[in-house]
Amino acid sequence: MITAHFTKPHALFICAARVMLLALLSSTAMAQSPLFQPLYEVLTHPRCLNCHTKTEFPRQGDERRRHDQLVVRGADNHGAPTLQCAACHQDENVADDAVPGAPHWGLAPLSMAWEDLNASKLCIALKDLSKNGNRSLSDLLRHMSEDELVLWGWSPGANRTTPPLSQSEFVDALTRWVNAGGPC
Amino acid sequence: MLTIQVNGVAQTVDAPEDKPLLWVLRENLKLTGSKYGCGQALCGACTVHIDGQPTRSCVLPVGAIGNKAVRTVEDIRNEHIGSLVQNAWRELNVPQCGYCQSGQIMAATALLKSNSAPSDQDIDRAMSGNICRCGTYPRIRKAIHKIASEQL
Ligand code: FES
Ligand code: FES
Repeated sequence: MITAHFTKPHALFICAARVMLLALLSSTAMAQSPLFQPLYEVLTHPRCLNCHTKTEFPRQGDERRRHDQLVVRGADNHGAPTLQCAACHQDENVADDAVPGAPHWGLAPLSMAWEDLNASKLCIALKDLSKNGNRSLSDLLRHMSEDELVLWGWSPGANRTTPPLSQSEFVDALTRWVNAGGPC
Repeated sequence: MLTIQVNGVAQTVDAPEDKPLLWVLRENLKLTGSKYGCGQALCGACTVHIDGQPTRSCVLPVGAIGNKAVRTVEDIRNEHIGSLVQNAWRELNVPQCGYCQSGQIMAATALLKSNSAPSDQDIDRAMSGNICRCGTYPRIRKAIHKIASEQL
């Protein structure tokens, strides 16, 4: 009897803790809007996030390590004054894809740092004109479906992984989100 | 056939557009001062200036250069700061085996042209992509400081 007496509240407690944990997890990883969730999963893929860092340097690889050669962000997000991203990164992948490249290769400005943002925070930051380069929703759609550096994320060369949606699925999902007014 | 500006001279070369500039310099133009270390933009031995910016010639398709000016280590003494760098390198015996040094000289020249009083951090940021397997980094740093403090 004594055992039963103690077991019940204990089980309840575990149950409550589980619910709280799930709520916590969903508030950090899941968007409130199902229309933003697939976009979040693309934007936080290493091909995107490695240059949307909050750090003074870019990252590389799926493990997101600090960029080799200790290259830095620099004042204009394109590297140190005489060690620019373009010293190595060309307009296309080169050296049998060993060196990835696309036009205007560089980091996103710090206002567009997405590292460590949960889905709702990233969604809000993405739409914030003071952070996103003054882009309306339709500007965002154009930027993310046409910019050559963004498109590189789907043709990164070699064995680099690509975001979880294909480029056309991403544009479709983005269009749905924009048409719905950009719900977070 | 492609024409590129190298060390102030228009050079017409028989090379496919995707041939890396390093091999056009070394094979077509016999300018062998720029070295091949890795061919993957990892070491800096092949560094040349493209419109003054240090660039890894081993990964730069020659067809992407257009009218931009290529300057190699063979011509760097014709720039004031380039000659200061070469003299300081000689005076302080910076090179060990020397393999990385034409790249180091190109990177240091560009740094001192853009910054006449670089801090240690500025030097690190500008030179971290130029690897020296002999470890001459302390002498490189000393030579850059010496030029900045005595001659610029
Ligand atoms: S040979 Fe070009 S960076 Fe190593
Ligand atoms: S002097 Fe030998 S690699 Fe630099």
